[in-house]
Amino acid sequence: MSNFTNLAILPILLPTIAAILSVFLNKQTTITKWMTGIVVIGQMVLSFSLLIYVLLNGPIILEAGDWTAPYGIVIVADELAMLLVSTTSLIAVAAAFYGFKTISVDEQRFYYYMFFHFLIAGVSGAFLTGDLFNLFVFFEVLLMASYALIVLGGGKEQFRESVKYVLINVFSSVLFVTTIAFLYSVTGTVNMAQLAVRVGEVGQSGILMVIAIMLFVVFATKGAIFPLYFWLPKSYAVPHPVVSMLFGALLTKVGIYSILRTFTLIFGHQADFTHQLFIILGVLTIIFGVAGALSTHDIKLIIAYNIIPAVGFILIGIGVFHVTALAGAVYYLVHDMIIKAALFLLVGVIITITGTSDLRKMGGLINRYPVLGWTFFVSTLVLAGIPPFSGFIGKYLLVRGGFETGNYFALIVALLLSLLILLSVIRIFIAVFWGEETEEQKEKPTISTTGYLAPIMFLLAFSIVLGVGAEFIYPYIQYIGDTLADPSYYIENVLKE
Amino acid sequence: MRTNDLILKTTTNIIVFIILAFSFKLFLAGHNMPGGGFIGGLMTAGAIILMYLTYGLGPIKKVIRVPFTFLIALGLAIAVATGLGSFIFEQPFLSQTDGYFYLPILGKTHLATAVLFDIGVYLTVIGVTMTIILSIAEDQ
Repeated sequence: MSNFTNLAILPILLPTIAAILSVFLNKQTTITKWMTGIVVIGQMVLSFSLLIYVLLNGPIILEAGDWTAPYGIVIVADELAMLLVSTTSLIAVAAAFYGFKTISVDEQRFYYYMFFHFLIAGVSGAFLTGDLFNLFVFFEVLLMASYALIVLGGGKEQFRESVKYVLINVFSSVLFVTTIAFLYSVTGTVNMAQLAVRVGEVGQSGILMVIAIMLFVVFATKGAIFPLYFWLPKSYAVPHPVVSMLFGALLTKVGIYSILRTFTLIFGHQADFTHQLFIILGVLTIIFGVAGALSTHDIKLIIAYNIIPAVGFILIGIGVFHVTALAGAVYYLVHDMIIKAALFLLVGVIITITGTSDLRKMGGLINRYPVLGWTFFVSTLVLAGIPPFSGFIGKYLLVRGGFETGNYFALIVALLLSLLILLSVIRIFIAVFWGEETEEQKEKPTISTTGYLAPIMFLLAFSIVLGVGAEFIYPYIQYIGDTLADPSYYIENVLKE
Repeated sequence: MRTNDLILKTTTNIIVFIILAFSFKLFLAGHNMPGGGFIGGLMTAGAIILMYLTYGLGPIKKVIRVPFTFLIALGLAIAVATGLGSFIFEQPFLSQTDGYFYLPILGKTHLATAVLFDIGVYLTVIGVTMTIILSIAEDQ
């Protein structure tokens, strides 16, 4: 008899092994590159096969060390977790291949690959774990890796922003541990399925409500939700483009995933209060994110600010708490991970070509870089949710779910604001690609962008498939939305009652 | 001019062995008594630091030729390998097993695979502690 459930740990284990190997191979950058390429592609193939298996046959539950569910650590590879792990693996492939070309050899020797693999392992682990304390541990794994990656290169700006970034994350981690301590003293367990059962029995009143809100504050800090988003834009704009892309596509999404998981599974019992709060905060998050994106001329900052409204949309989807809206939130989450990654890489290419990140100092790139220009144009349309691209389906599902539950005002505001999202990115397109070439730019030789564009095209292809192939993909996403709306599905699978 | 620290050097020569022995005892005691890989590793690192304090960076580098970053990776590799064993024996990930064996000198001994994991922890803790202290010390 083979132990099949072990496969659920592989998306965490594979990057961990790669990280350890890349310490041994630190000096041989060529070998490390090859190994990284093979591992990320292997991870992608593995994650997608597991995703297909899970969608067809139900979740894989791994009880580590053969300890049954509420007593040991469980790894829960359910449909939502596998979908997000697969998306993570796509982003890892794009980041790895973009990094080969753009990260300098010195930076690679400074254990870049180790931290890269540990970041992927941490993110995959956070998606897969079925235990609140393990979620904390995986949060720390990915945050430790991100602390190291944010200062990679050692620029002055990076040091300043990393101090803020580390401070805010250490604070929220301390709050996370405190919250888990409270929750453990009230319920006597940290296993998510058993927590859901026990919180359900007493109906989430009094102290449990306080704990729920504390937990929300923790995840809101990690996920950059109004009013806890202030640390994000600058600290995401200073590191290397690949690092910004990993942060923008993965880190905040882990925070919003944790909200999605805990508030559908564990704390879904007082929806009048918590979920109404989510809708209000979601709208405010969109407003402030869009305002930030329109306020600056720095193209990297514009994209960094654009992370915030996307988180707001997903939060509204959770707040609406309706099967269609939950499916919309999941759809939007996957769409946003992919497109943010593509946009950060595109901005990285533009900065490499022009040598500046100021909108006002660029222009006329479309003459020499037509493919880059039109790729950027397509990604702005994807981001803003123009049909037939993927952003449209997610927003459409959110709006439909919202209207069915009577949240007209919030969703109309959200939709109107998404026009401003389009404005903020199309502003980059107009300023960078249209108009006359600047004097400085004319003197520079044309760079071959094929190597840069291949990973971006790879991501965009998935983004377009997600939109154009919606008819094929949507039933599965709706199925994930259904499983989220019904906590007993998760509980029965984990606790096997 | 270097000061003559004869007393420090002589006492260090003796004390280091006692600390190393004690740290190793703590490491092995982890299963049934307070102790384990973490505290054992920290104490071993403490002994190594005492040698560095007494003899300086140069001489000790000639004695201990293993780079400490390598130790971190080695420890992690051992810890992960104990998990990978579960793939070979077709058990759930990180399953542990133990048993009583009759060894030539020690007699009836209780051996558990959890110790293998602890060796990983032990090496990683030594590696991390020494890397932190030495990279601060070597920074000019």
